[in-house]
Amino acid sequence: MPGTEDAGLPEAPGAVPLSLCVNGKPWVLQIDPRTSLLDALREHLHLTGTKKGCDHGQCGACTVLVNGRRINSCLSLAVMHEGDEISTIEGLGSPEALHPMQQAFIDHDGFQCGYCTPGQILSALAVIEEIKAGIPSHVTADLNAPPPLSASEIRERMSGNLCRCAAYPNIIAAIQDVSGIPS
Amino acid sequence: MKSFTYERANTAAEAVAAVAAMPGAKFIAGGTNLLDLMKLGIEAPVHLVDINRLGLDAIEPTEAGGLRIGAMVRNTDLAADARVRRDYAVLSRALLAGASGQLRNKATTGGNLLQRTRCAYFYNTDMPCNKRSPGSGCAAVGGLSHNHAVMGVSDACIATHPSDMAVALRALDATVEVISAKGSMRMIPIADFHRLPGDTPHLETNLQANEMVTAVILPRPVGGTHIYRKVRERASYAFANIAVAMIVREGKAARLALGGVAHKPWRVEAAEDAPAEGIADIVLAGARPTADNAYKLDLTRRTIAACLGDAS
Ligand SMILES: Cc1cc2nc3c(=O)[nH]c(=O)nc-3n(C[C@H](O)[C@H](O)[C@H](O)COP(=O)(O)OP(=O)(O)OC[C@H]3O[C@@H](n4cnc5c(N)ncnc54)[C@H](O)[C@@H]3O)c2cc1C
Ligand code: SF4
Ligand code: FES
Ligand code: FES
Repeated sequence: MPGTEDAGLPEAPGAVPLSLCVNGKPWVLQIDPRTSLLDALREHLHLTGTKKGCDHGQCGACTVLVNGRRINSCLSLAVMHEGDEISTIEGLGSPEALHPMQQAFIDHDGFQCGYCTPGQILSALAVIEEIKAGIPSHVTADLNAPPPLSASEIRERMSGNLCRCAAYPNIIAAIQDVSGIPS
Repeated sequence: MKSFTYERANTAAEAVAAVAAMPGAKFIAGGTNLLDLMKLGIEAPVHLVDINRLGLDAIEPTEAGGLRIGAMVRNTDLAADARVRRDYAVLSRALLAGASGQLRNKATTGGNLLQRTRCAYFYNTDMPCNKRSPGSGCAAVGGLSHNHAVMGVSDACIATHPSDMAVALRALDATVEVISAKGSMRMIPIADFHRLPGDTPHLETNLQANEMVTAVILPRPVGGTHIYRKVRERASYAFANIAVAMIVREGKAARLALGGVAHKPWRVEAAEDAPAEGIADIVLAGARPTADNAYKLDLTRRTIAACLGDAS
């Protein structure tokens, strides 16, 4: 494939071939089947924006979008993602041209140490899309009506992203801002 | 993590044949439970057969007026399906009360049924656990057991089944469709799918070796008001202490199943349609709580009452 980059690591015994598209860029790599999608991104493709908190699906720091849907990349094997489109924080904006969600996290002081932030931002973008797509949540009162784009819906849907610095109120304010909900 | 080989199956027949061909092989669906346990060395398959691309991802109407849910339908998509929301709301509610948005996007119908217990001693490989290593003992009996089972327990194991979805499926009288390595299909009523621990807590379901779940079938809708009340230690993103799935018709609990109290979803049909005051006594008859988890009995009584209140 033209423009495809080889991650160029020495071939480990038992490694299998894998092609992935990350932030629009195709990659081919040879990978030990044990490698999580998170480790493939961080250790093989050197995209260290996606963070490892718990490595057990409990904290959300490793949230990425796979074919547009958010998942915990620590609880998925890279080899299960042959041909998938992955979006990480590196694909969203640049320091010169931040994505509106990145800007909103800065404007609202939505972080302290920043470790959870890439996962929070990817999750937040997916939450807005999930609400628009009519996917209900635990706090949706009427299952047969479209869920409202509200602060309580956002709060419930963000519960899989922990923040050890407890920046929660400001994270919610940032997401509300981008969603156009008055705070 | 122990090393393993990996293959991607393209059809259900290919997947079961591949698992049967190699002792120690396992299916991997969403991976959200299996990989967690593999990282801890609690599961150590030698070969993984990826069933994500089998196409078992549709929700289709059945001739009997119900729904056939493919084993690979993700928890998010099942909860969001318009027919499920309208006719089987207890199932949507149970799914939405579980895990997080990220996990539900990945978790599958089959994998959710087969998820393993959250007993902390099962997770701690330094402790005895009959489920993890049969015959080693049970650290929870006489240990910390505040989130363990109160119904159907044995001396060998007092763990609970953690699934919310399975509790709703039990209330709905679902059937699990499975395929064997030889390609033959069979149907297992959800009541007979999960087992009580007895002397063999390492056997959690009545799925035979190498059988794969292909679908879950819901019978025609039964109407009524559907309620799923999950009591947990946080407002969101926590496993149940106890959960009640109830379908209320004419002011009575026409269907009632409990989560968080046993090694399987707990349903006692004799309690259904009983007068409100008598329901809890019937469902909880024979309870064997520990000092740590006796609170679950009161909590269940009150939650049953609250569900009936919700519907009135
Ligand atoms: C942090 C966290 C919080 C959670 N909270 C909740 C909660 O509140 N409530 C809740 O109910 N659950 C909760 N879960 C569990 C989650 O629901 C399960 O991990 C998930 O449903 C498992 O589905 P999966 O497709 O990822 O299964 P996998 O991990 O892929 O598989 C699980 C097991 O099932 C087997 N298997 C999978 N599919 C099939 C099939 N079709 N046929 C035969 N065998 C099969 C696999 O071999 C494996 O043994 C939580 C999980 C995490 C990590
Ligand atoms: S309760 Fe069951 S799972 Fe927990 S330690 Fe005892 S045997 Fe193991
Ligand atoms: S690192 Fe994946 S959820 Fe914590
Ligand atoms: S900003 Fe530090 S963990 Fe969230």
